[in-house]
Amino acid sequence: MANHLHDFLIHLGDNALILGHRLSELTSHGPVLEQDMAMTNIALDLVGQTRNIFQVAAKLQGNGATEDSIAYTRDATSYKNILLVEQKNGDFAKTVLRQFFYDAFNYHAYQRLLKSSNKDIAAIAEKAIKEITYHLKWSAEWVIRLGDGTEESNSRINAAIDDLWPYTEEMFKFTDYELACHDEGIFPDIHGIKAEWDEEVKNIFAEATLTVPEDGWMHDGGKRGVHSEHLGFLLAEMQFLQRAYPGQQW
Amino acid sequence: MEKNLNDIFQAKIDREEKIEPKDWMPDAYRKTLIRQISQHAHSEIVGMLPEGNWITRAPTLRRKVALMAKVQDEAGHGLYLYSACETLGIDRDTLFEQLHSGKAKYSSIFNYPTLSWADIGSIGWLVDGAAIMNQVPLCRCSYGPYARAMVRVCKEESFHQRQGFEILLNLSKGSDEQKAMLQESVNRWWWPAMMMFGPSDADSPNTQQSMQWKIKRFTNDELRQKFVDICYEQAKILNVTLPDPDIKWNEERGHYDFGEINWDEFWQVVKGNGPCNKERIAARKTAWEEGAWVREAAVAHANKRAARKTKKVA
Repeated sequence: MANHLHDFLIHLGDNALILGHRLSELTSHGPVLEQDMAMTNIALDLVGQTRNIFQVAAKLQGNGATEDSIAYTRDATSYKNILLVEQKNGDFAKTVLRQFFYDAFNYHAYQRLLKSSNKDIAAIAEKAIKEITYHLKWSAEWVIRLGDGTEESNSRINAAIDDLWPYTEEMFKFTDYELACHDEGIFPDIHGIKAEWDEEVKNIFAEATLTVPEDGWMHDGGKRGVHSEHLGFLLAEMQFLQRAYPGQQW
Repeated sequence: MEKNLNDIFQAKIDREEKIEPKDWMPDAYRKTLIRQISQHAHSEIVGMLPEGNWITRAPTLRRKVALMAKVQDEAGHGLYLYSACETLGIDRDTLFEQLHSGKAKYSSIFNYPTLSWADIGSIGWLVDGAAIMNQVPLCRCSYGPYARAMVRVCKEESFHQRQGFEILLNLSKGSDEQKAMLQESVNRWWWPAMMMFGPSDADSPNTQQSMQWKIKRFTNDELRQKFVDICYEQAKILNVTLPDPDIKWNEERGHYDFGEINWDEFWQVVKGNGPCNKERIAARKTAWEEGAWVREAAVAHANKRAARKTKKVA
């Protein structure tokens, strides 16, 4: 089994699953009905992407693995999502900003995956890119609204920037499995993503009257399975039925 | 004059023509519709909560996606219904205030808790099943905007009902633990679902007027009977027992007889003493209050943008 390809798929799927799960926690608790639906919509897309990705990973893994065995029977140390996506929802400003940082990365990453030498990944990207384009539009618009809205919304989004900025660098700190995929053309031109992300953030922040922070200390570890405390609780909840009643059909 | 208008109005209804927002209508018709449509919209929104509970614990990715889509559909139903209600001259914010203050009601069924995964199936099968029974005739309701909203709602509801039944069917073919989970859930949901049709006809003072106005097409008891007849057969497929020892086929009536509903429980839940009344309203109020600054920011930003545009044009 090509380990780096499998690890990369798990990483991609985990990012989508954990962020989708976080957003799904907000279903029926949104600040206004239309945005409740928008966030659930993004959650639906992300979990849908997870399924497509894990189905490919399961095939690669063999031994009866399924999308669900991958999602529901791994402990936190086997999860390879970035730390950013497992951060708690916080207030709407934090939810929106976490989404924007991720979407801006994801958009440029999936533009590259469209050209992946791996046909399965290219096909997944083809479908996902339409969704991700919409996600980025939604989250960027909300960053602008909150930044250039009221004094309160501006101060809340600034607090969110303080909280989340230290989690952004991890997206561009490529692991061995990402670099190996890069070398094989599975994930082409990864080194160009950072500049595009910076540009995206700079432009949206300018429109939102927000300041891009100076780079300081940055957290990482998620991609290697070293997570924040939050992930264990998230998994305990998500995996409850599969753990309490192992091996059942649902 | 008033009498004449009333006659014209009723004649229109009798000819099965739709009443539209700009048409003249008696105040009582307007009030009845605002009460009923808003109650219906609130039920959709509050109904998202008990099911939303299990989104984060859904057992498979496929189930998780399906449940999210379902709860999202309910938010959509809430939106169409609030819009239909707004055509009667009341705005969404006022309707929310009425929900939060307890002035407006919503379906009591959502004051019951979801305690197991099987409850997600039971809500689909029994609660959505009962809702469809109530709602299909509303597609022919005399008030145009409500009738049109209901056509869309009913299409999605019948999909939800099948989805719920499928969850249960799956459990019925599963392990002993899953079968027990299924039966336990049906035991808890059967009677509250039966109560969804409202009080018996004898205790339902508004029914007759609503039937004359063709807002309502069947009485509460007629719909409840239809529900029992259908569910009894479906329960056989699921291999579950409905928790009513008095259910039996009545050859003469051509229907199933069934036991007495606990109306005391029904009225207690309506009055706010159900297991989750307080939590449900608190969750709605929290979402609304914590969202206030977001809504204000959106308005403030839209105003700034509009001002900049005007300045540019000038």
